[in-house]
This record gives sequence, C-alpha cells and structure tokens, in this order.
Amino acid sequence: MTPMGKKPRTIKDLPHTPLSLPKTGSAGETGFWRTFCPVFDMSKCTGCLLCWIYCPEGCIERDEQDRPKVDFKYCKGCGVCANECPVDAIEMEREV
Amino acid sequence: MTAQKIIDTGNHIAGYACRAARAEVIAAYPITPQSPVVEQIAEFVEKGEMDAKYIRVESEHSAMSACIGAAAAGARTFTATSAHGLALMHEMLQWTAAARLPIIMSVVNRAMGPGWNIWADFSDSLSQRDTGWLQFYCADNQEIFDTIIQAYKLCENKRIAMPAMICHEGFILSHTSMPVEIPDQSEIDEFLPAYKPAWTLDVNNPVTHGSLIYPEWYMEFRYFMHKALDNAIELIPEIDKEYGRRFGREYGGHLERYRCDDADLLLLSMGTIGSEAKTTVDRLRNHGHKVGVARVRVFRPFPKEQIQDLAENSRMLTVIDRQISYGMEGPLFTETKASLYEKENSPLMTGYIAGLGGRDVTYAIIDEIARKSLKELKLGRVEEEVRWVGLRK
Repeated sequence: MTPMGKKPRTIKDLPHTPLSLPKTGSAGETGFWRTFCPVFDMSKCTGCLLCWIYCPEGCIERDEQDRPKVDFKYCKGCGVCANECPVDAIEMEREV
Repeated sequence: MTAQKIIDTGNHIAGYACRAARAEVIAAYPITPQSPVVEQIAEFVEKGEMDAKYIRVESEHSAMSACIGAAAAGARTFTATSAHGLALMHEMLQWTAAARLPIIMSVVNRAMGPGWNIWADFSDSLSQRDTGWLQFYCADNQEIFDTIIQAYKLCENKRIAMPAMICHEGFILSHTSMPVEIPDQSEIDEFLPAYKPAWTLDVNNPVTHGSLIYPEWYMEFRYFMHKALDNAIELIPEIDKEYGRRFGREYGGHLERYRCDDADLLLLSMGTIGSEAKTTVDRLRNHGHKVGVARVRVFRPFPKEQIQDLAENSRMLTVIDRQISYGMEGPLFTETKASLYEKENSPLMTGYIAGLGGRDVTYAIIDEIARKSLKELKLGRVEEEVRWVGLRK
C-alpha cells in the first residue's frame, strides 16, 4: 500500500485505495479558468501569509522577502485570498 | 481491571465495547434510539476513563466525515447512528469503504419514515447493503460487546481494511438491560493490539487520498474492495474462534446454528427474531418435529457457502425478514435463494415479512410460521412464495 509515484503498469502496481503523491499541476494548467484575478496592493500587505495558508490550490508562493506571490499558471481566481486578507490588500478584478 | 459482570442496556454495552477497544476518536450525532450509545461514551471521555477525542458535530454526514479524517490520520475510530442518520451518512459510507478505513459503527436498527417510527426494523442498515461496509447483526447485549471487539480485529487486518456496522435492534436490545461480562482489559488489549494502519495522512510525507481515477483503473479498486470482503468470509470464523478460546464465547462465525443437524425444516433469520426462534424450535422439537434455526450474523459479506452447507441436509428453508425490498421480497430471502441457485435438488423455500416498524415477533408467531411450513413440506409445495405476517385485514 504505497502511494503511486508513477503510472501503474499492472494491477500489482496499485495501492489498495487511490493514493497519489503531490505534483504541481496534476490537473493541468488551471489558470485559464479564471474570471476574476487577485491583484495585490503590496503597500498594504503586512506579510501575514493568511492568503498563502488559505489558498485552496496551493498556488500562492512565498518570494525571497517571504511575501505572497501568485502563480497565475494555476490560480483559478476563486477569491478566497481576497476574502481572508485582514487588511484588504487583495482586490478581485474582472479579467474576462 | 479484572473481568466483571454488569447489567446494562444494549446501547450502554456498545459504549463499554468502544471503551474496551480503546477507540481514540469518536464523532457522533444523537438520534433515537441510538443516543444512549454516544451518551455513555461521552461520560467515559468526560470522566477520563477513555483517552479519546470526542467530536460533537452538526450532522451524521459530518460525524462520518470526521471519523474518515481521524481514521485516515491513523486513529481507531467509532461512531453510532440509526435510521435517517444512517441514510444521511450514505455518501460518506461509500467514501469510508473505498478509502479502506476500518471505522466501526453501532447501528441501532430503526424503521425509516414517514410514517415516523422509532422502532426496530432493518430497513436502515439493509438499505446500505452495497456501500462495501461489513454488516453484523446481534441477538443479545453480550453479542454486541463481543462483536464490536471482534470487528476491530477483523477490519484492521490488512487483508480486510474495510469498515463495519454492528447492528442491534432499537428498543428490543438498545433499551433492554441484560447481564453482560466485560472481560479483563489487559486480555482485550492482548487480543486487540493498537491499530497499525497501512498508510496515514502525514504532513511530513504528504499524499492525496481519494484522488481522480480514470475509467482504465477504476474497476481495479472496486475489485480490491470485493476481494477484501471475500477475505473477511475466511477470517470471520477464525477471529470468532480465537475470541472463543480467550473469552469463552463464540458465535458460530457467520451464522449461529441451533439444532440444525438433523432438521428437515430450517428457519433462517437475523437479530432477535433469530434468537426468539430458538424457543419455537425447542417447543416443536418437544412435539417431535425436526426443526432448527440458523441465525445469520453477517449479511455482508454474505455467507453463501455456509448457507449451501446448511441446505445440504434440510428439506425446507423458511426465511423471516424484518425488511421488505419493495417490488421484490425480503433481502435475506433473496440472498438465500441466490446462494442455492447452483444446487441440485434445492430444498423448498418460502419467505415471510415480519416485525416491520417494531411490531412484535414472538415465539408463538414464529411457531405459526413453522407449523405452516411443516404442512407445506408434507405437501411438497408452498402456497405462496412470500407472505406478510399478521397483516391486518
């Protein structure tokens, strides 16, 4: 019962229940699903990283100064980060 | 703590079994007639008699979801419910089984509404037949205790890794006090060591469970679940025997046979109807009738071969179901007939629907059924394939 790291070839390669190892973009590049785009006002950002914790897709990264940076290749524009930001530093702007 | 004999209700005894099994996480929502199970556990946790996390949730769907999370993190878990609560869990029952999590749940059997009815009936648990959960049906309070302990041992075995519901009938057992022996805790610990899961959620070694599977691999996982229940057919009597050696009580594995050996007529049922029928059998035996009763303890996996063995020497099987599958017949009757399909010279078979919504099924009522069957056995044919017992005119 070990999680799959690679594509199975036979039934013997499978774990007993679907387990998979983390991988960036296993469902493809989901960024194009976006209707609203999170725009960060970095002058307001306190670096609390609540957006990084709450992002359901794990597509907010931490830059060299440990500040949030969105990977737009995968961000679906759900707006959870904007909702959680305690200083309203994130604005959801329509892009489509 | 040495072995002790106590007198208590089926529900409280289920709570004692949960404590004895050292369950670590309990998430539950109250519903009649189940509530005293989780009240008893809450009391044990509150008093510090159980080292467990008791999670209060807002619904049964959440109760099972919380248990799934806890079990996936490697904890031994327990919950309990009845009727509509079980129905609300349905989605997560599927999840538990497919995620291969050995969650143990007391189901206190109660009829489904409307009309609103809180009394004994198997329509709640038997409606969950195809979720992958193992299903055990108990006939007294001692069996509730012993089966819960046995079920943890069985379901945590890596060849099984499936959840089980341990069913007992509402009010008939749930609120009825009986003497029960609670074995010495150290002996239970020896029989049931701590849970060692095959995999767990671990932040240092992250995995996704329940991920997407495309059509080319989905069937294989369903096959694994099916094989696990096949394995359980083998393991159930082994574990029951080991329990018997250690604690002096065993239940015949898949089914309890009572005076079956030379019986021409066999009565088949589950739960308390199966134990009540023993009284009927004794009375009929006193009058020279060769009658026996087989009480089916495990409905999933279904003990097909054991039913075939039973039918080997008998001439008639009369099945009494406390459930109706609308548009067909009682589920136990269906499975019994299906088990004997390949057999040449099958015995005569008939099915009865009895005791729905908590209507009493006494030894005298079973006696009437058995006498009718004996008559039909003489004639060599049954009047009707399925009959409803005591239906008002």
